[in-house]
Amino acid sequence: MATKVVMEALSPTMEEGRLVKWNKNEGDQIKAGDVLAEVETDKAVMELVARGDGVLRKRLANEGDASPVGTLLAVIAAPDENIDSIVGSGGAAASTGAAQSAQAGGAAQSGSAPNQAVADTREAPAKSPVPQAPKQSQGEASTPPQQKAGGSSAPPSGPPPRPAAPRPPAAPPAPRGNGASHPAAATDGRRRSSPLARRLASDRGIQLGSIQGTGPGGRIVKRDIENAKAAGTAAGRSAAAERLATEGDFKDVALTQIRKTIAKRLTESNGPIPTFFLTAEFDATRAAEMRKQLAEMGDEYKASFNDIVIKAVALALGEHPEVNAHWLGDKIRQFNRIHVAMAVAIEDGLITPVLFDADRMTLWDISAKARDLAGRARERKLMPEEYTGSTFSVSNLGMFGIDQFTAIINPPEAGILAIGGVEEKPIVVDGQLEVRQRMRVTMSCDHRVIDGATGAKFLQTVRRYIENPLSLLI
Amino acid sequence: MAVMTYRDALTQALREELQRDDRVFLMGEEVAQYNGAYKVSKGLLDEFGPMRIVDTPITELGFAGVGVGAAMVGLRPIVEFMTWNFALLALDEVVNAAAKMLYMSGGQFKMPMVFRGPNGAALQLSAQHSQAWESWLAHIPGLKVLTPGTPADAKGLLKSAIRDDNPVVFLEGEMLYNTKGEVPEGEHVVPIGVAELKREGDHCSLITHGKMVLVAMKVADDLAKEGINIDVVDLRTVRPMDVEAISRSVQKTNRAVVLEEGWEICGMGSQVVDFIQRECFDDLDAPVLRVHQEDVPMPYAKNLERAAKPDAAKTVKAIRKVMYLD
Repeated sequence: MATKVVMEALSPTMEEGRLVKWNKNEGDQIKAGDVLAEVETDKAVMELVARGDGVLRKRLANEGDASPVGTLLAVIAAPDENIDSIVGSGGAAASTGAAQSAQAGGAAQSGSAPNQAVADTREAPAKSPVPQAPKQSQGEASTPPQQKAGGSSAPPSGPPPRPAAPRPPAAPPAPRGNGASHPAAATDGRRRSSPLARRLASDRGIQLGSIQGTGPGGRIVKRDIENAKAAGTAAGRSAAAERLATEGDFKDVALTQIRKTIAKRLTESNGPIPTFFLTAEFDATRAAEMRKQLAEMGDEYKASFNDIVIKAVALALGEHPEVNAHWLGDKIRQFNRIHVAMAVAIEDGLITPVLFDADRMTLWDISAKARDLAGRARERKLMPEEYTGSTFSVSNLGMFGIDQFTAIINPPEAGILAIGGVEEKPIVVDGQLEVRQRMRVTMSCDHRVIDGATGAKFLQTVRRYIENPLSLLI
Repeated sequence: MAVMTYRDALTQALREELQRDDRVFLMGEEVAQYNGAYKVSKGLLDEFGPMRIVDTPITELGFAGVGVGAAMVGLRPIVEFMTWNFALLALDEVVNAAAKMLYMSGGQFKMPMVFRGPNGAALQLSAQHSQAWESWLAHIPGLKVLTPGTPADAKGLLKSAIRDDNPVVFLEGEMLYNTKGEVPEGEHVVPIGVAELKREGDHCSLITHGKMVLVAMKVADDLAKEGINIDVVDLRTVRPMDVEAISRSVQKTNRAVVLEEGWEICGMGSQVVDFIQRECFDDLDAPVLRVHQEDVPMPYAKNLERAAKPDAAKTVKAIRKVMYLD
């Protein structure tokens, strides 16, 4: 049986991907799990793996092409199998953005309107390398027709072909009797899935849109989720989701009336996240001395101010679980584990790799891990599970000579700490003017979760750690 | 363990309970002199005498009422109906007297009695004598309804039924009486309201009771040859129903087929499916399917009767469907 290779949702927010490089040529023997191509998502370059065995019969996208999630990229099939109808109808479905990702609609349509599929197959290849069927679905066509994909430079001649058969009728009356005894006619564009499949997908952080349904009428069933997992779709997200979803690792706090009112009123005033800012100036003299001494001990002991702040923040979060929290709309989720994200600037944007269980890492663990993550972030080599799943964030622009700034909260987190540069300043200490190393930090707080005093107490704790830096080494 | 017939297992349970408690007595049409229409009471008249093994006239409503009265004054009657098709004539005593007596007397009158006899279709007994009544009876608050499918369960459940202080409906099967199986000696008591996993597998749950347990075991054997392993959940008691056993199985397999002898509409399977959708909604990978008698009076013609009855082939088909194999 032929296997369609489609642009998969390889990151939580991916809507389209750019095919960077084909790793396989037409005619190559393929086994499920083989890396077919490299795909650039909105965050990283990921591998696109085969979901079936056979021969790579047809490649439909060129290196460099950007395609919406769900677009047919290639077909794997037996050497002698006729794939015309797949290339035809599959491509057509791709342009509706529906059937491709195995939406029930696609499968039901090909079942209920065979004439149409034949028409596509007959007409489409003559007009354009990737057939551009008109919209077939009455449901949402989430993806615009694809104009430039395809292997040929020949422009489509004339208007896109129209289906020879009439548009499939609207959904028939609901079948009587057992649902499974009738194919689910999903012409309404709904994505059908079993309750179990939905639960498994949600547990594993898999988006149903990326799954090919094999049940009646294209229903996504348990085996489809399992196959998707085996094929590596969104395995990363699933790991991150599981990491945060483990029972016992968090405490859900029901919203009190006053908390609901705070959330509602402040969102009206300053929304959607009613943010306030707390700025404090810490004395970093001792921290600077410690850094110097550590550096003298050898390279393996070196730590940056950023590492020191992350360690201090992680320890402080342990003492203030109300800050180590997510706003979930109907409740606040306080985490028992501490996963600190750090903003890293990359060539054309920024990304927030996560130091998981940062409170349990030594300063040098943090230093090494942070360096590794930042390096790979700049090369866009991070896996999705490495930049999702954080409980709090830190952003540092000190190295750019910024002495103070405000950072934007990364929802659903409740806070982010913006770190300015360490600089020498004249300070009055016990009536004497002294030159001290000072560091200004600004915490952005989601007022629905964190009140002013809560944030202030948290910063007091961070100050205690920064100003007594030996406590970070214990 | 002794291998014996379902019939002999019932006789053994009756004998042991008649010996154990002298308030227990059996009455019904031809239970004494003739040893029972299906020979379940064979030898009991000789052993216990005519005061405890009592032949009645052909008056189902009458002797069911005598049983209710006897239970009210402290005896523990076992009322045998020659078949449950005839018990329709006695339903006023079963439903309006026995089932409600404890409630309507404000707890003054317990009703420690058993109504027992063959239920469901045999072979070519036609429309009036081939009916499975468990869903009618299980509908009634105040009744317990037991449907043993094996000799061991027949003995163990009959002992529990006789010892229970509530009216218990005990459904046997004409086609079951000659089936054989291992039966524990002596004090073998199966608790009311507890299902048994008769076969274990991960792929699908087949939930059934009574005579259909035999069909289910054949289905399990047939499917095992194809590499499909199913749970066979034998409810044994259809009221109260062991919802936990059903959920446990369905939560494991994610799919279920419910097999019963009776008709579709308001059948026992409807109730099972309702429990499943409530308890296992997030565990289901497919709609639950039911296998049952076709929605017609049972035909007399052999070929039509076969077509109307639920069987192994229909059950296999349903299981393959919920597993998305067909």
